[in-house]
Amino acid sequence: MAKYGILIDTDFCTGCHTCEIACQQEHDYPVGLNGIKVTEYEYKLANGKVKIDCLPFLTDLCDLCMGRQAEGERPSCVKHCQTACMKFGLTSDLSAEAATRPRAVLYTHTPK
Amino acid sequence: MGKIDVYPTTAWSAGTGCHGGCGQNLFVEDGKLVKVEGNEDHPWNQGRSCPRALAMTQYVYHEDRITEPLIRVGERGEGKFEPISWDEALDYCEEKMGAIRDEHGAESVIFVQGTGRDIGGPITFLAYSYGSPNWVQLGLSGHSCYTPRLGAMKTTLGEFAVADCSQFLEKRYDDPEWEAPEYIIVWGQNPPNTCPDGFYGPWIVDCMQRGSKIISVDPRNTWMSTRAEYHLQIRPGTDGALALGMLNIIIEEGIYDKDFVEKWVDGFDAIKERAAEYPLDKVAAITEIPAADIQAAARAYANAKQAAIQWGVPIDMCPDGTAVAHAISCLWTVTGNIDIPGGQVIAKPAFGVTAYPFSSEELVELYGKDLVERMNEKRIGADIYPMYKHFRGWASPDVTIEQIETGNPYPIKGAWIQTANVIGGQAARAKFHYDAMKKLDFVAIVDLFHNPTTMALADIILPAATFPEKNSFRSWWTPMDSIKKRVQVGECRSDWEINFELAKRFNPEGLQRWATVIDYFDERMEPSGMTFDELDAKGGWAMSPEGPGRPYRRHEKGHLRADGKPGFNTPSGKVELYNKSFESWGMDPLPFYTEPPQSEASTPELFKKYPLVMITGARSNLFFHSEHRQIPWLREKEPDPTVEIHPDTAKEYGIYDGEWIHLENDMGHIKRKALISLKVKPNHVQTLHGWFKPEAEGAEPNLFNVWDYQVNQIIPGPQASKSGFGGGQYKTTLVRLAKISEGGA
Ligand code: SF4
Ligand code: SF4
Ligand code: SF4
Repeated sequence: MAKYGILIDTDFCTGCHTCEIACQQEHDYPVGLNGIKVTEYEYKLANGKVKIDCLPFLTDLCDLCMGRQAEGERPSCVKHCQTACMKFGLTSDLSAEAATRPRAVLYTHTPK
Repeated sequence: MGKIDVYPTTAWSAGTGCHGGCGQNLFVEDGKLVKVEGNEDHPWNQGRSCPRALAMTQYVYHEDRITEPLIRVGERGEGKFEPISWDEALDYCEEKMGAIRDEHGAESVIFVQGTGRDIGGPITFLAYSYGSPNWVQLGLSGHSCYTPRLGAMKTTLGEFAVADCSQFLEKRYDDPEWEAPEYIIVWGQNPPNTCPDGFYGPWIVDCMQRGSKIISVDPRNTWMSTRAEYHLQIRPGTDGALALGMLNIIIEEGIYDKDFVEKWVDGFDAIKERAAEYPLDKVAAITEIPAADIQAAARAYANAKQAAIQWGVPIDMCPDGTAVAHAISCLWTVTGNIDIPGGQVIAKPAFGVTAYPFSSEELVELYGKDLVERMNEKRIGADIYPMYKHFRGWASPDVTIEQIETGNPYPIKGAWIQTANVIGGQAARAKFHYDAMKKLDFVAIVDLFHNPTTMALADIILPAATFPEKNSFRSWWTPMDSIKKRVQVGECRSDWEINFELAKRFNPEGLQRWATVIDYFDERMEPSGMTFDELDAKGGWAMSPEGPGRPYRRHEKGHLRADGKPGFNTPSGKVELYNKSFESWGMDPLPFYTEPPQSEASTPELFKKYPLVMITGARSNLFFHSEHRQIPWLREKEPDPTVEIHPDTAKEYGIYDGEWIHLENDMGHIKRKALISLKVKPNHVQTLHGWFKPEAEGAEPNLFNVWDYQVNQIIPGPQASKSGFGGGQYKTTLVRLAKISEGGA
């Protein structure tokens, strides 16, 4: 069971890359390593219109910023997200919250 | 490991590159910056940050940073420089610039900057102390960078106005006075990628989260435009026709704010008549937007209780950008959206504090009568373009470069370049600029890294400081912020310090009352009742108290005029949509539309040869203009310059995704990696500007491969509007694609 997780409101992730650099700075990861990776999706709708969505993914390198938690700080990616579309918390709380959002992704996560 | 101290400050270039304003915390250990984090106590960003702020440690301590003054020892362009002391460097500048002034007059040295940010204060301080009226964004055709919009607002409204995202209230979204705009027209901007003009881009997304609906005016499909209720996928450069067409619908259908117009608008009938020249079918044909969408968007905006417009630089870059800005400001005026919650809020700098003086009285006091006379008589372009003469202190970039070339009516001998990579950045006709500037006798450049301009032109380079390394203050619009120096890198100095010291050498009398730049800041900040250090001790930011500095409805309260009467700060006390200032300057007092200089309609022959409209100048959140390509965490996410091509177009040209190709026209070609994407229409391509490769050889002829990638070398010019402000073909140049094997090179 994963105790903690990160909830992403997928309607509001703009693909701004802030979470990625936040993670690299926090962990001093060099180029090539990251606890989070953002992907952009470009697709067509049935009416022919185009839609662009973005979504981050937590990699095996994500340790949920354990060090920051000890200091009472939110994970760096969550704190710095430019649109505040990320939320950190107990998976039980977040899954209840996810149910209230039109579109969201909940990453349950257990640091390796 | 030492103790880590955390200091709140405000990000304002250098470093992030942007127009700044957000609160960031500096983590400093043993005199070294070890981390940057958003400041949760700052109302601007409320703890948030961005890639460039969070990568600051890689920027500040980058091995390529210039950390001591350098003097050129080889030929220009050979890339041979040697370190010298600050005293020697400043002596050298004083001597060279002094000699030019003695022989040719102070106007023969131009003072060149890039986009606004924090440089206006220090650079005019130096230029005016030296005695030159020629302060210029050299290369940027038509000064198409907010000035056209500012000009249109100041002359109609007597003020400036911005989309109201609660930024003038400490409690922000929680302030009960604020209401989210029902609609926001995001016009020619991609807010998630940019913090432009004193505005945090993601505020728009904050508003969306609080219910605002979007009307997007954008030729591309973006994250923002594909979430819009109405996406007006406009043909680049035709924004003036769209604005007038929407205005016509709103007036014709009687859905404007009749009360507001009655009380507060001057020239409504004239505007009505002008707008009637832009009926819906005509506008739909010009803009390539379906008529029904234009109509629906105009109705949605006008019928909203409160609605805002957030606009971007493509408006300035329309031919006659000032007229386009004028047309758009008519929209928020006739709908009564001025200075209401969730509308277009009047923007005043906190406490009325400005970073530098601009009134004639202050200029005379500081720099003497001669300077003001020279500004009127010698400023380049002021005799040709009415707006240069009457609005702000700029020299015309388009005329300046011609004058360097011709020496008429007087020679240009030297350039002081600060915060600008002209050759690798803003210069349309970049090669023409390169050739002309090579002829200058003296070029001093203040910068942080080598770039194509330092390599090609610099005789001397002065190393500038980043924001954690400098003392500065900011009052653009609000809050007023202090920026306090916390670390030192090499011998780098702030732009203020560098210019202050050199300015004192040229103007000892005018500037003697300040011993240090902090003394100067304290004097500027006097209206706030705080000194620089007091502000910093309070957490580094403060907003205007209740009164004229705060929204809303200040025209009703008598907060805008010197006489204290209700009304706007214009001669009539009303919003002068019939623009009497423009009229007195010999310009059209009413907004109008001009077809882009290159298009199917204006250049049909050229269009046959080059059938694709090239859009440049979009923002990446990783880079600011030509900066940041050397920052590892940023470059990793966008390693190569790409061009977005629609799948149908790629097919037609036989181009595969990821292929290196050329974009070309009669001016030459540039290299790009093809990115096949639905973001662009089949007849458009979109590519980012500012590319060169810092990792490549810097010495000539290579110049960091700038001539492979500099898109502005295939953008023609000069292309300034009739007023002088607005224009440039950054969004509307015609090109075609070529395979590299066929195209040669
Ligand atoms: S929670 Fe921490 S470790 Fe995980 S992705 Fe975010 S910043 Fe990286
Ligand atoms: S910081 Fe937030 S908005 Fe930006 S890419 Fe990450 S999750 Fe998306
Ligand atoms: S881009 Fe925005 S968030 Fe980043 S430093 Fe500039 S103002 Fe701050």
